[in-house]
Amino acid sequence: MKVTKKGALGIGAIAVASAFVLSGCQASGDNGDDGDTAGSLTVWVDAERVDALKGAAEAYTEKTGVEVELVSKDNATIKDDFIQQVPTGEGPDIAMGAHDWLGELTTNGVVAPLELGDSASGYLDVAIQAATYEGTTYMLPYAVENIAVLRNTALAPEAAASFDDMIAKGQAAGLAQPFVVEQGAEGNPYHLYPFQTAFGAPVFGTDASGSYDPADLQLGAQGGYEFAGWLASQGKTGTGVFNTDIDGAIAKQAFLDGTAAFWLTGPWNVGAAIDAGIDVAIDPIPSPTGSPAQPFAGVKGFFLSAESKNKVAATDFLVNYLGSEDVQLSLYEAGNILPALNAAAETASSDPIIAGFATVGADAVAMPAIPAMGSVWQYWGVAQAAIINGEDPTATWDKLVADVQAAIS
Amino acid sequence: MALPTDRPTVRSLLVKIVLLGIVDAVSIYAAFVLVLQDNWVAAIAVLAVTALVNWIYLSRRLIPAKYLTPGLIFLAVFQVFVLLYTGYVGFTNYGTGHNGTKEQAVSSLLASSLQRVEDSPTYPVTVVDRLGELGLLVTDPETGEAYVGTNDEPLSRVDDAEFENGRAVSAPGWTSLTFQQVIARTAEITALAVPYSDDPNDGALRTPEGSNAYRYLSTLEFDEQADTMTNTQTGVVYTDRGTGAFVADDGAELRPGWQITVGFDNFARAFTEQSIRGPLIYVTIWTFAFAILSVLLCFALGLLLAITFQNARMRGVKYYRLLLILPYAFPAFLSILVWNGMMNESFGFINQVLFQGASIPWLSDPSLAKVSAILVNVWLGFPYMFLICTGALQAIPEELTEAATMDGARGWSVFRQIKLPLLLSTTAPVLIASFAFNFNNFNLVYLLNNGGPRDTTTSLPVGHTDLLISMVYKVAFTGQNRDYGLASAFSIIIFLIVAIIAVVSFSRTKALEEIQR
Repeated sequence: MKVTKKGALGIGAIAVASAFVLSGCQASGDNGDDGDTAGSLTVWVDAERVDALKGAAEAYTEKTGVEVELVSKDNATIKDDFIQQVPTGEGPDIAMGAHDWLGELTTNGVVAPLELGDSASGYLDVAIQAATYEGTTYMLPYAVENIAVLRNTALAPEAAASFDDMIAKGQAAGLAQPFVVEQGAEGNPYHLYPFQTAFGAPVFGTDASGSYDPADLQLGAQGGYEFAGWLASQGKTGTGVFNTDIDGAIAKQAFLDGTAAFWLTGPWNVGAAIDAGIDVAIDPIPSPTGSPAQPFAGVKGFFLSAESKNKVAATDFLVNYLGSEDVQLSLYEAGNILPALNAAAETASSDPIIAGFATVGADAVAMPAIPAMGSVWQYWGVAQAAIINGEDPTATWDKLVADVQAAIS
Repeated sequence: MALPTDRPTVRSLLVKIVLLGIVDAVSIYAAFVLVLQDNWVAAIAVLAVTALVNWIYLSRRLIPAKYLTPGLIFLAVFQVFVLLYTGYVGFTNYGTGHNGTKEQAVSSLLASSLQRVEDSPTYPVTVVDRLGELGLLVTDPETGEAYVGTNDEPLSRVDDAEFENGRAVSAPGWTSLTFQQVIARTAEITALAVPYSDDPNDGALRTPEGSNAYRYLSTLEFDEQADTMTNTQTGVVYTDRGTGAFVADDGAELRPGWQITVGFDNFARAFTEQSIRGPLIYVTIWTFAFAILSVLLCFALGLLLAITFQNARMRGVKYYRLLLILPYAFPAFLSILVWNGMMNESFGFINQVLFQGASIPWLSDPSLAKVSAILVNVWLGFPYMFLICTGALQAIPEELTEAATMDGARGWSVFRQIKLPLLLSTTAPVLIASFAFNFNNFNLVYLLNNGGPRDTTTSLPVGHTDLLISMVYKVAFTGQNRDYGLASAFSIIIFLIVAIIAVVSFSRTKALEEIQR
C-alpha cells in the first residue's frame, strides 16, 4: 500500500511538473528582450546547414555581444511553424526558407521588410528579383537552385542539341526510355516548366517594376496551346516520353540503373548519381523549339520575423554577416547549390557540376511567389497530367486557363 | 504488504514532501514567467491547480483523488484543452491572411508599405540621444555635411559635429549610442523615422540596423480614430467593417487581416457554399461507404478464415495462422506505401507481373481507385478480425452446437441462428470501434493515393478517394490558402457524426446482449 501510494505520488509529481513545464517552456523560449542585456537572436536553420552558420554566429557574438542561437529545424516544417508562431510572439527572429514562401508569409503578415542597401548589387539578379515582393525586399538570399539535365556520359557522350536530338541519342544507345522526368498522378508542372517556356508561355507576365503581375495571365497565350499539343504528342498516346506513372523514385532508379541516359532534375539528386558510380554531366535543358527552355529558379534565403524584438541586431546580422562571402561559401559547401552572392558564386563555379547548373540558371526565371500562384498550382499539374494521359490538349488547356482565371479573380 | 495505517512512516513523508516541493517550485517558477508575460489567467490556473494538488496529497483522506489527479491533469491538458481549442477555432476565421491580432496586422501593413525613395542614397548614420529622445546624426553622402533630426524635427544641419572616416560620430548636445545601446533600444529605433524635410513627400529616414539609414515614403496611413487605412498614392480608403480585414469600397482587401470570431459562418459555408457543399456531400457518402464496406469485408473474411481454421480436418493451421498475421504485424504505413508502388499503372508489380503488362489504372481511375482503397484496407484489416473471431468462436461452448445438431439443425442454420448472434454480441464493440477508426482512416488514404485522382470540377483540392478527415487535412494544411476555421468546423461535424453513430450502435448492441441471457 505504501509503495503504491508513493508511486502514485511520483506519477502525480511528474504529471504536474510536466504540465507546468509545458506551460512554462513557452515562456522560456522567448527571445530575450530584457533591455539591459545585449539581447539574443534565435535563428531557425535547416538541419543540414546548422554547422555552416556556427562560425558566423560566433563571430557575431564576439563582436557585438549578441547571443545567436541556431535552432535546427526540419526544412519541411519551418514555413508552417513560422506562420503559426510569429503572431504569438514565440517564433524566431530569423528563419531560413525559400523565396516562393513570400506570398504566404506577407499575406499572413509574419515577415518584415529587409533593407539590403548597397549590398543588393552584389547578388545575382535572379536572387534579388526573387527576394523582392511587390517592390519590397523581404529576404536575404544565399543560394539559387534550378533544374537541369543530368547526362550519363557513358551512354550519351555528347550533349543534346534539341529535345528530339536527346531522345534520338538515347535511342541510339539502345534505351527504351532515354529521358526521365519526375511526374506523378497529379503531374509536376515545376519539372515541365522549361518546356512550356520554350513555347513562349510563362505563367504570368511582369509589370514595369519586374514583379509578376497576377492580372496578366500568360498561361492562355498561343504558346500555351502549342505546348499542350506538344505535351499530348509526347504522352501516353504519343511517343510516351512523359508518363505520369514515373514519380521521383522511379525516375531516379531508371537513371541510376542506366536505363535512362538523361534525367531532368535538380542539384539535390546529383550526389546520388555520383554515388552510384555514374559519370554525370550537367547540360542545358534541350528545347523542343528554337527558343531556350527556361526552368524556374528557386532562391533560398533568410527571413526576418515581423514580431522580432531585436530587429536592429537581426538586420545587422543578416545583411553584414550572413551576406558575407565566407558565410555564403560555407553554406554552399553544406548544400552544394550555387551561392546567391556574385563573388561566392564565381568561386563555387570552379566545380563543373555547379558551373553546369549556373549556366542553366542564367536563363532561369524566378518562380512567382504571388498568392495567385497558389491558384495556378492547384489546377496546373492536374491538367498537364490529364493531357499526358491522352485527354484533348486544347480543351483541357482551355479549362485550366478558365479555372485559374476564376480562382484568381 | 502492510496494512494501511493512518500514520505514514518518516521516510515516505520525506519523499512526499520532497516531491511536492519540486512540483511547487516548478509551478511557482512557471507562474512567475507567465506573470512576466502578462498572462494572468494561465498563472492563476497554474497556482490553483498546484494548491489543489498540495491539498490532495497532504490530506490523509481523499485516497481516490490521489490516484485520479495525475490522469485528470493530463486529460485536461492534452484532451479537453485540445478539443475546446478546436471548437473555438471552428468559430473563427483563422487561416491564411487572418493569422494574428489587429494590432499586428496594422504594424505589418505599415511596415511593408514603406517604399525606398527612388535613387535615394545610403546615409551613414549614428544613433544619438538627447534627454531620452532618440535622433539620427546623418552624414550627407554627397556633401559630407552632418545633419541631425528626430521623430518630430526634420533634419537640420550641425556645424560642429565630429567625424571619423567621413562619418559623423557625435554632435554637441547629443550622446552617441554604442551598438549595444542601439540593440537595447531596438523598439524605439524601429519606430524612429526622421523627416527628411518639412515636405512629407520627401520621405523619412529610417535605419534598419543602426549604422545606415535609407529614405522611405509610406504608401499607407493608419487613422486610429476612424479605424481606416488610406493609400496615400491612390487615395483609396480601407475601412474595418468587422470582417477581419481593412476593406475598400470596391471590396478589395488589404492583407494581412486579423483573426476574429465569425460565429456559425464556417458551418453555414460548409452547407451552403456550392463549391464546398458538393464535395462535402459526396465525400461524406464515400466516407460512409468506405468505413462500412471495410468493416463488413474485413469481418466477413476474418470470420470465414476463423471458421475454416476451427475445422478439425484442417492441417498445418499453425503455419496458415502465421501467414495471416503477417499483414497485421507489418507496419501499416509501410504496407500502404508498398501497395502504392505495386499498383503503379506502368511499373507496378500487379500490372507488370500478375497481368502481363496490362495497364489497369488501379489508382488513377475514380471508381477503380475506390475499389483499390477498400482492397488494401481489407488486406490490412482482416487479420485483426480473424484474431477476434478466432477468440470469440472458441468462447462459444461446443455443447450449444451439439445440442442444436441433436435438435436437427444443419451446419448453416447452426451458424446463422446460434453462432453468429453470439459472435456478434461479443464482437459488436470491436466492430463499432473499427467503424470509427475507418471513418477517420487518414493514413490509408493519404499514403495510398493522397485521396486521388483529383476531382477537377471543384475549387477545393479534393480527390475521389478522399475521406472527410483527409479533406479536412487538405483544407487546413495544404496549398497556399489554408482555412483552419473551416477545417475545424469540418472536424466538429465529423466528431458529431461519429459520436451519434457510436451512441446509436452501442444502444443497439444492448439488444444483442439480451440474446446471451
